[in-house]
Amino acid sequence: MIELSIKHSLADLDIDIHFGSEARCVALFGDSGAGKTTILNAIAGLLEPQQGRIVLDGQVLFDSASGISIAVAAREVGYVFQDGRLFPHLSVRANLLYGAQARRRPTRRFDHLVELLELGPLLDRRTHNLSGGERQRVAIGRALASEPRILLLDEPLTGLHREAREQVLNHLRALKQELRIASLLVSHRADEVIALADEVIGLHAGLISARMDTNGFSAQHG
Amino acid sequence: MSALSPAEWEALALSLRVATLSVVVSLPFALGLAWMLSRWRFPGRLLVEASMFLPLTLPPVVTGYALLVLFGRHGWIGEWLAEIGIVFAFRWTGAVLAAAVMGFPLLVLSIRVAFDNLDRRLERAAETLGASAWRRFVTIVLPLSMRGIIAGSVLAFARAFGEFGATITFVSSIPGETRTLPIAIYEMMSLSGGDAGVQRLTLVALAVAFAATIAAAILGGALWGRRRDD
Repeated sequence: MIELSIKHSLADLDIDIHFGSEARCVALFGDSGAGKTTILNAIAGLLEPQQGRIVLDGQVLFDSASGISIAVAAREVGYVFQDGRLFPHLSVRANLLYGAQARRRPTRRFDHLVELLELGPLLDRRTHNLSGGERQRVAIGRALASEPRILLLDEPLTGLHREAREQVLNHLRALKQELRIASLLVSHRADEVIALADEVIGLHAGLISARMDTNGFSAQHG
Repeated sequence: MSALSPAEWEALALSLRVATLSVVVSLPFALGLAWMLSRWRFPGRLLVEASMFLPLTLPPVVTGYALLVLFGRHGWIGEWLAEIGIVFAFRWTGAVLAAAVMGFPLLVLSIRVAFDNLDRRLERAAETLGASAWRRFVTIVLPLSMRGIIAGSVLAFARAFGEFGATITFVSSIPGETRTLPIAIYEMMSLSGGDAGVQRLTLVALAVAFAATIAAAILGGALWGRRRDD
């Protein structure tokens, strides 16, 4: 499903990561500064690695050797940012529909997502008066509504209070079951990884430090 | 104080038309230039920026003279434009050009600050959702920069409405064609018995200035309220 090989030097970190996975939900687990978000940004195209190759569903998104770099807008990924990044001038409904309209796709998944994420009462609201949990649910819905090939989740529960975390986590579980979409989760919390991932890749200081299935991970961290 | 005379109405109407059109015509160029200065790094950028500010720093009469040299009937560009039927010199369209040039730096500056202050991460988020550069500009950048665009437009309108030096140098004072409100005031001041007219037009200028400022405050306030809530 995804093959990734990246070498990239940041000011304080050298990333050298190689993995391929067929798992539906892969978690990149590690402390802050391990290079997790850099990997998501490279897949989304927001960062161009100095060297490497990224293949998604058989399509080469990036290959430094042959000079291939598919434009961000054409990569068809759904990115849920840690800070949501909802568009403040648009309603929740318009935020949700933004990607489908930009990609000129039918919005057939819209009603289903609204139901799964319990967004119905929020649709006509502006994003400014949403709670943290509501904002992340909208961000997840917005990323999924355009029917991406992969969902990139960058610490989607960080900053939420316990109740909101549980709520969003339950929604993510339900989405995983219902939509069966491939996803890559970045997290530094073991409970999130255990709840969502099928395979776990541990990262430390820009390198893969461990790789295991969720059972093995759960035995170590549960 | 008596009502405005037909000639005074004519000067007021011309000034409003010239000021409005100068903003409308220059806005697309200002948006383009502000975007270029905010987002692009290119050789000669400083020169472009310095040239843009010239109308603010030069005496207006010099700007008017430069317009005459460039866009006069026998000017470098004017001669060529005249062949295709576009004439600015001594026409109301020339007054629009002069007003647009004088207000342009204020318009660009205000829009550029708005572009600079925009949260670029929102544009990146839109990009991951499949939005093209043009779509991001129209759906994210423009709406979120609207306060700066409106503020710049009002400033440019006010500057254009009060424009005198460049206009009289470039298009002179032709009643009904190029005699704008400031030029009419200036001419009345040199006429015996023109005091009443000067006072009337001064009051009108004050009213327009207040109206523009209040309109800007209301529009900005409405947008500001929305943004603050966001």
